[in-house]
Amino acid sequence: MLQRTIPIAILCLSGVIMIVAYFVSFAVSWSETVNVWFNILSAVAFVLGAGNLLAVNLEKISSRRPGWAYAAITLVSFFFMLVVGLLKLGAVPDPKNPLIHFAGDYETSASPYGWMYEYVFSPLTSTMFGLLAFYVASAAFRAFRAKNVESILLLGTAFIILIAQTAAGMFLTGWIPQDSVFAVLRFDSLKVGITEHIQTAGMRAITIGIALGVAATSLRLILGIDKSYLSKN
Amino acid sequence: MMREIRERSRSTMLLAATAAAAIAIPCCIALAEGAGDAATPAGAAVAASDSVVRTDRGPLAIAIVIVCGAVIGGIMLARTGRPLKIRRLAALDAVDEAIGRATEMGRSVLFVPGIQDMTDIQTVAGITILGRVAKTAAEYDAKLEVPTCRSIVMAAARDAVQAAHFEAGRPETYNEGNINYLTDEQFGYVAAVTGSMVRDKPAACFYMGAFYAESLLFAENGNSIGAIQIAGTAEPSQLPFFVAACDYTLIGEEFFAASAYLSGERDQLGSIKGQDFGKLLAVAAILIGCLLATVGVFAPEGAIAHAAETIKTTFGG
Repeated sequence: MLQRTIPIAILCLSGVIMIVAYFVSFAVSWSETVNVWFNILSAVAFVLGAGNLLAVNLEKISSRRPGWAYAAITLVSFFFMLVVGLLKLGAVPDPKNPLIHFAGDYETSASPYGWMYEYVFSPLTSTMFGLLAFYVASAAFRAFRAKNVESILLLGTAFIILIAQTAAGMFLTGWIPQDSVFAVLRFDSLKVGITEHIQTAGMRAITIGIALGVAATSLRLILGIDKSYLSKN
Repeated sequence: MMREIRERSRSTMLLAATAAAAIAIPCCIALAEGAGDAATPAGAAVAASDSVVRTDRGPLAIAIVIVCGAVIGGIMLARTGRPLKIRRLAALDAVDEAIGRATEMGRSVLFVPGIQDMTDIQTVAGITILGRVAKTAAEYDAKLEVPTCRSIVMAAARDAVQAAHFEAGRPETYNEGNINYLTDEQFGYVAAVTGSMVRDKPAACFYMGAFYAESLLFAENGNSIGAIQIAGTAEPSQLPFFVAACDYTLIGEEFFAASAYLSGERDQLGSIKGQDFGKLLAVAAILIGCLLATVGVFAPEGAIAHAAETIKTTFGG
């Protein structure tokens, strides 16, 4: 019973402290303490995560499961960065304390750790991010098929926004005087109308719903009504 | 029987005590705000941040009291035994179908609980939904894989899945090796998850939690392998991507209501009713505010324009 009661009590107390700290100045230090505790827990849990990473990848390699070579690369990279980072190998000496090795800067690209981060890790993450452009195109291709009234409206709206974002928008409707009654038909005006009025209204409706959902969910957790995240063991 | 009554009364006392605290604290703040305003008519906002009570946040405190009061009222109402009618969510009705399909095809089910830590309420909501998905997967004897981006999320997911297996009456089928930590790095996580999607071809993919740029990468990969995809997030900027690429999407508040909806517990369903009441109040405030602001245009210095401004400050921040 205590395995469930104590976590709920801690959650309830932490939740109430965080709410009170937002309104009462002297409770701010309490919320900072709660955050420090969370960071300590995270640090401990990181060891758990790293242990799990090792176990899973070692098991993959030993049983020669499909993709075991990737597991080997993961482990080599993990240990390399861990050792180089923890021991600050090749760190640029600190001018004030040149004889103290651990005072050196290991984040600069002149050190192995910084170099790996700058020239291996960053390009790899940028590559993954770059893939997004192609996925946006393929998702847009499917989403913008005129299948029904809603999708035709979506297609039309997207078309206006896309044209307005490019030079074609100005080329096609730029000749309409801005002070005329037909100025609303300019692509740039249509874009402003769609993004600042229609889109903002829809987005605010969603945001209000989200805020209410967050409040209700938080309350369910603080009151101990929702306990589904806890083990029943 | 006696134990049940004891537990129920203890739970009601806890609810009442916390409700009293939740309402009393912001009320004190609101009262203090009133006193502060009378004492310092000018420069109150500047001084507010330095005082013991943040009087500049008084309107928010009032809004919290209203919303929390509505949610607690909904829970209390549910406890009276009144029938609760909750709108069905297509995305949640499709959960059984998606897992059933995966079981028939002999493929796994993938659940991605977002990329944020347990400090994000979306992750907590995602883990709650994971419990239900895991229970169904356990009943169907389908393999459920949960790659996580944070160590604590992994621990929480393991607890939730284990609890689901116990609830399904199949504790022996629980395998904690299916719930793994990959990396904290956003795109490293994406690479690992999408790689496993392409290799293992799960038949059903669930994306429930906080997502950013990776949302479309997951959803498009899932689409390319022909998986049934059900997503839920409260990140407004990512919702269009999920709507475009997934079969079902829980939009914003639906995502938070889903955990309560899936539990089927009266208390949790009552909280959705309270949430709906809060929404009703928001709609009323918007309509009254619009009306007053429109009328106020004709008399900018009048009482109506002032009332419209007060509503805007109180509810609009």
